[in-house]
Amino acid sequence: MTAFGKLIRTTAFRLTLVYLLLFALFAASLLAYFAWNTRRLITEQITTTVNAEIGEITGIYNRRGLSGLLFTMGNRALRPGANLYLVTAPNGQALAGNVGSLAPGVIGTEGWSETAYRRLDDQDNTDHRALVRVTQMANGFRLLVGRDLEERRRMFGIVAKAAQWSILVVVVLGIGGGIFVARRVLHRIDAMTGTTKRIMAGDLSGRLPVGRSGDELDRLAENLNAMLERIEALMMGLKEVSDNIAHDLKTPLTRLRNRAEEALARSGGEADYRAALERTIEESDGLIRTFNALLMIARAESGQARGNMDDFDAADVANGIHELYEPLAEDDDMTLRVKAAPAPIHGNRELISQAVANLVENAIKYGKPDAAVQPLNAAAREILIEARREGNQVLLSVTDHGPGIPEGDRKHAVERFVRLEASRTLPGSGLGLSLASAVATLHGGELRFGDAHPGLVATLVLPVRVGGSDRLAAQTQDVPQKAA
Amino acid sequence: MRILIIEDDRESADYLVKAFREVGYVADLAADGEEGLSMADSGDYDVLVVDRMLPKRDGLSLIGILREKGNRTPVLILSALGQVDDRIKGLRAGGDDYLPKPYSFAELLARIEVLSRRNVGPTEETTYRVGDLELDRLSHRVARGKDELTLQPREFRLLEYLMKHAGQVVTRTMLLENVWDYHFDPQTNVIDVHISRLRSKIDKGFERPLLHTIRGAGYMIRDGIR
Repeated sequence: MTAFGKLIRTTAFRLTLVYLLLFALFAASLLAYFAWNTRRLITEQITTTVNAEIGEITGIYNRRGLSGLLFTMGNRALRPGANLYLVTAPNGQALAGNVGSLAPGVIGTEGWSETAYRRLDDQDNTDHRALVRVTQMANGFRLLVGRDLEERRRMFGIVAKAAQWSILVVVVLGIGGGIFVARRVLHRIDAMTGTTKRIMAGDLSGRLPVGRSGDELDRLAENLNAMLERIEALMMGLKEVSDNIAHDLKTPLTRLRNRAEEALARSGGEADYRAALERTIEESDGLIRTFNALLMIARAESGQARGNMDDFDAADVANGIHELYEPLAEDDDMTLRVKAAPAPIHGNRELISQAVANLVENAIKYGKPDAAVQPLNAAAREILIEARREGNQVLLSVTDHGPGIPEGDRKHAVERFVRLEASRTLPGSGLGLSLASAVATLHGGELRFGDAHPGLVATLVLPVRVGGSDRLAAQTQDVPQKAA
Repeated sequence: MRILIIEDDRESADYLVKAFREVGYVADLAADGEEGLSMADSGDYDVLVVDRMLPKRDGLSLIGILREKGNRTPVLILSALGQVDDRIKGLRAGGDDYLPKPYSFAELLARIEVLSRRNVGPTEETTYRVGDLELDRLSHRVARGKDELTLQPREFRLLEYLMKHAGQVVTRTMLLENVWDYHFDPQTNVIDVHISRLRSKIDKGFERPLLHTIRGAGYMIRDGIR
């Protein structure tokens, strides 16, 4: 596309054209109105003059007869810039006046008409136009009085010229202005296009130029920059994840492969093969679990799970997870307790349940008290799931009395595949806290870690359901009524 | 049992057909959505195993058409999309169960057996009996022989589900889905712990155990002799 082609295709230019057309139409109609009114005014003036003269002349004729009429005619016709006069006898012969020739039939029709004429004293042989009135007088004589229309024509000519010029000026200024504006806009758009091309080519750090005027293009550029910022962050996250996946999935895959190879090489009996295959299946199940967890985190982080949200009570989640994990904790020589107060939330129940489940699993796995540090009493072996409402927040927390997470490591703990030094020796995918954190973020909350002196408090901080308190209050009131 | 597998991936389809035939079922194969629809429509199958993403016609629309035509054959949806919303979408479209890929054949088999029994008609008996174990669904009473057993509400539901599908393998995920209504995958053996508690209540001190662990698959409740 040529530069000019680009220019005339801009919105600014097209808008200018539309305005141009509108202004030209406006100017034309204004001038037309002016011309028409002027013409009417001149015609009116002529009519008044002619009527007055006819009245005068008819009066003279009536009082002083034909000779008086002819005398007056002679006088008037000779004045400079005189009107047109003609008196005819009943046989049609011209008796007096300054009209040399007329269009045929004009003198025969009474009343107003527009006609071509020639003056008696005219040197040139050109026809002029005049507005004339013919009246029948007594005894068959006819009187014609009229006025040249040259004035009117000239007036009209002036207006027409003005119209031409003004439209020309409007068009020239309009197109010039359009090109100017279009070029300005085009220049800025081209700058933006250049940046976007660089970004598309892979340089995600590029940002659109933002001017100082704060106009709509600047605001657009600012918003696009914010979007680019977010995209860059997401891409970085994605890259980090894929690096981590590559690393942490390759390890078990390598293990899997080695086992299969070893089993093949060692040509043992059927029992050996069977054992090797069973371990292989176990290992691949672990891989699938890791994969599922990663997908789930990705979905929670990208906000895709937002479609599946409903209203529920966080207390139900706490109770449900307690019920599910209580025997497991007991098997591990721990006590799982629950303390749940009504806490209405709006969210994905499944994901929140899983987040709490992960926290509980972590507490059971890593929250064992260190016998060397504190006496192993019942309180130290207790894990508490708690759901409660605090202002406009719903807190779902899991507290253990194990070694906890050192303050400096807490931020680190939610990252994918991070397994803190202390837990390296225990099995686990290292994704549990990342998922819990992603779930919290999805719901507009966060995962917080605190100190339980000793131990860890992991808390999902979620926003309370808007307008949920009334309904829930009604529900809780139900309980004592039923009991009564 | 006659099973129709609608799956476009040749290798996994062949594997399924072979595996089903090995356990003694008749398994037919359709490689795309249109073929699957006409076979499901004309053939008399006990269960359909439908992949979600199929050439020519996708799995969900296939199920939708079957259901519109009044075909109520139980459908198990197989899908690489394993997330909760996809599962809900699948069940809403008319599927009866949803199994994300990759799956173990044991899991698939267990689910299909449960599904096909549903086809026979709802078994809404008020009392389940396995050997001398008896569960009354109305009064929530459980007894083994002459001994009355005291179960926690959840243990009762666990046992109820197992006894409803007595003689069939029930996997851990099936239990988590149907007894607890969770669809996530716990990283620990929570279900095993619940089972062992239940087992200690119904089998401990009795000569013949009823609750069996099926290796690599799950659990089954049945009278040992049968």
